[in-house]
Amino acid sequence: MSLESFLIMRHELLLTAAVLIVLMAEIFGNPASKKSLITFTIVIFGLITATGFLPSAEGELFGGMYLSTASRLVMKNILNIGVLLVFIQSADWLRRDENAEKITEYFILLISTLIGMNFMISAGHFLMFYIGLELATIPIAALAAFDRYKNHSAEAGIKLILISALSSGILLYGLSMIYGTTGSLYFKEVAEIFSDQGLQILGFIFFFTGMAFKISIVPFHLWTADVYEGAPINITSYLSVISKGAAVFIFIIILFTVFPMIIETWQKAIYVTSVLTMTIGNLFAIRQLNLKRFLAFSSISQAGYILLGFIGGNELGLASVIYYVLVYIFSNLGAFGVVMAVSNATGKENIEDYNGLYQTNPGVSLIMTLALFSLAGIPPVAGFFGKFFLFAAAAEKGFYMLVLIAVLNTIISLYYYLLIVKAMFLIKNDTPLEKFKSGFYTKLGLGLCVAGIAVVGFASIIFEMIRHLSFGI
Amino acid sequence: MDILTLFVVIPVLTITGILFLKDTKQVRVISAIGMGIQLIMAGVLVFLYLSARNAGNTDEMLFIKDYLWFSSLNIHYAIGVDGISVAMISLTSLVVFAGIFASWEVEFLTKEFFVSLILLATGVFGFFISIDLFTMFLFYELAVIPMYLLIGIWGSGPKEYSAMKLTLMLMGGSALILLGLLGIYFNSAPDGGQFTFNLLEISKVTIPISAQRLFFPLTFVGFGVLGALFPFHTWSPDGHASAPTAVSMLHAGVLMKLGGYGAFRVAIFLMPEAASELNWIFIILTSISVVYGAFGAIAQKDLKYINAYSSVSHCGLVLFAVLMMNQTALNGAVIQMISHGLMTALFFALIGMLYGRTHTRMINQMGGLMKVIPFLSVAYVIAGLASLGLPGLSGFVAEMTIFVGAFQHTDIFHRVVTIVAVSSIVITAVYILRVVAILLLGPTTDEHHKHLTDAKWFERVSVVTLIGSVAGIGLAPYWLSTMIGNSLHPIVEKILAVNPF
Repeated sequence: MSLESFLIMRHELLLTAAVLIVLMAEIFGNPASKKSLITFTIVIFGLITATGFLPSAEGELFGGMYLSTASRLVMKNILNIGVLLVFIQSADWLRRDENAEKITEYFILLISTLIGMNFMISAGHFLMFYIGLELATIPIAALAAFDRYKNHSAEAGIKLILISALSSGILLYGLSMIYGTTGSLYFKEVAEIFSDQGLQILGFIFFFTGMAFKISIVPFHLWTADVYEGAPINITSYLSVISKGAAVFIFIIILFTVFPMIIETWQKAIYVTSVLTMTIGNLFAIRQLNLKRFLAFSSISQAGYILLGFIGGNELGLASVIYYVLVYIFSNLGAFGVVMAVSNATGKENIEDYNGLYQTNPGVSLIMTLALFSLAGIPPVAGFFGKFFLFAAAAEKGFYMLVLIAVLNTIISLYYYLLIVKAMFLIKNDTPLEKFKSGFYTKLGLGLCVAGIAVVGFASIIFEMIRHLSFGI
Repeated sequence: MDILTLFVVIPVLTITGILFLKDTKQVRVISAIGMGIQLIMAGVLVFLYLSARNAGNTDEMLFIKDYLWFSSLNIHYAIGVDGISVAMISLTSLVVFAGIFASWEVEFLTKEFFVSLILLATGVFGFFISIDLFTMFLFYELAVIPMYLLIGIWGSGPKEYSAMKLTLMLMGGSALILLGLLGIYFNSAPDGGQFTFNLLEISKVTIPISAQRLFFPLTFVGFGVLGALFPFHTWSPDGHASAPTAVSMLHAGVLMKLGGYGAFRVAIFLMPEAASELNWIFIILTSISVVYGAFGAIAQKDLKYINAYSSVSHCGLVLFAVLMMNQTALNGAVIQMISHGLMTALFFALIGMLYGRTHTRMINQMGGLMKVIPFLSVAYVIAGLASLGLPGLSGFVAEMTIFVGAFQHTDIFHRVVTIVAVSSIVITAVYILRVVAILLLGPTTDEHHKHLTDAKWFERVSVVTLIGSVAGIGLAPYWLSTMIGNSLHPIVEKILAVNPF
């Protein structure tokens, strides 16, 4: 193995280097100027994100355990953009004195999970996939319990680790059956041998269930709302966007490359879970009073829409899923960014606290509206294009009934997104939240989200690029 | 830049301009200037269109421009107009122009109001110039969504409820349209080749009949929701009653026409086979709309509700005519859209002005206004007469053409529904004359109403613009109906090929 071939692993190596650099800075840096570490890490991470877009060779390492293809690189770059946004958005929160001790931990843990996700996405072997998955999950549980003196936060951490362990166990059980019946864990070899024998199907079902936990597909979604509510908001936004996005990416890769032989089986599973996820996510979101829980259920229903891109097993589906995750990153982080800004300034997180927000804080209200419209799929913002392509992907293979259910669900979702708009714009309130000024990083983060929401849809080149790269996963 | 794209660019520039202003006075002036330019552009467009036609250009659509947008789904930004869209664009610019003047006195969040209003107009203009189904749909939703804020913030009565109901029902309709469009797209190349969203290209192929049976009802109902198709019309009375004046004008005057236009341009034009099979269901529903709307108007006491139900009836007539699928009726449908657009905008403008003076919309609380405010009262009578189809005003031309077209079908079913629909004229006369009698004639009942002032200058601009257009069409319908009729030929040919009734 030559040294150049390691360049194929550029993403993972750079991130590992970043972790080490941050650690060094923590050890040798001046404790008094610890807060400058925030800017430092964001700059470094920005550079890494930028280098991710440099052209890269495709290839495989470690005898096929690690694969790098154009479409997987796009996925990694999208995740990098998302993580960069999360970092920027959390900078002002980390600057607070109570978090000063934990700045380094925050960055190291988050980047470690990202390394895990990158390995997971590049996996060509189930073991590599599993190691990546675990690396991507365990540090998150530590982060969920970040505010360790708050009961809620500790509870979120425990719940997350228990659920992760449970789902990993189920997943591994499935993998062991797959190994037992095919004699291999290489994606390529399994794909050739796999058929619809009873035990293999059973193995597949366990695998599917495990992944369903990770993406929080109904009926494996119950942990989501509690964890999202308890964890600090930036971790919640990370969980709902980056973790979910990465799990979606690897799930579609494995379904399309490892299990194409049993496409009819998993189409049924996707069909049912997609309908359930959309509908139940939406119906529960209507009743929520806390914005974090609200966004948790909204993100559950979004996963349901994403499954529409899976069902056709077609190229358009793959491209639309990748594209939608990008759109979803900007939209959801936009919404979470506003919740974060309001919560940092006032400590309020309930929907009724937003009554009359437009009177005092028109800027964040407009950003929130834009982000919610994008989540609901209203033109001309990015979410509309994302949903349209997902629906088109399902319609291409004739799943019109499913598309009908999905479009009707978007109406339900529009209803509860409008409830927030109503609170901010329509409801008269004599004592709205007072006007607040956000820090530089919060503004930067929100600005980038708005730019993404506005541009990603109209700029057809982005979708076309993803589409061209998604030949051959 | 081509002339059609300007119709989207000018409103967007106006919005951008407004965003930089602080003073409410300037906001109004800039909006008026922007929409004034738009009105002039519409005049220029009519002129260019007619001179191109006179020069012997017989293309189905003129001023076509086509830019590839998303190549993998063959989505284009494709624009072009025929006589029908030119007429609709003129209507829109008239109503928007009048609407700006009718909302001259909006005090609360003025800037936001005009931005949302013009955003809505942008969507409508974009819808009428598009010949690509994707861009058409994009503009369609763009036109619907600002309604939520417009009604919710500046409306009256149970505005939050009405705004939510209207938005969800209309977006529900557009959800069905979205599904229909995807269905049309994936069946647009039955003989192989590339799928397309382009209206003209799809109209050249025959979509498989099994697909048509599925997607025709979806698209027709989807657009029908906006066109107040029974039983999906219930958003209309609540929405119109709660909306502020200019929004009611724009909504009843223009937005509801998107439904009629879409039902005709997309549902019937692209899927005539299924349309001729299934149209009996929708003919029954639209006949109910026509008669039920008229009866509904009789029962109401609130002026806006009366007019909202009357809109259900008149827009039902548009869909009714569209479903008759012959040259005369379709011609009537388009004239009815324009006539009703102007007339109902005039109505809502006047109701807004009356409400601004008397602070009530209940007819039994007003009376004898003719002596006090003669200008507004006479305008109201003219609007009323146009609505009940008096010869010399636009309503007569439209309804006459529709019923003649409908009666050309000789079978019992069509005869019966036509007779039922015709009866709406009588019912319309009842509620119009009743309102005029109670509201304007007789003694002035309320002491406070004796000191009302007549229309201000900006209100006169708004009213005169609309009355002039209503009378213009009524007195000289020929140029309009020729312009529409010529454009209908290729469409009717396609329809008649499958349904020579």
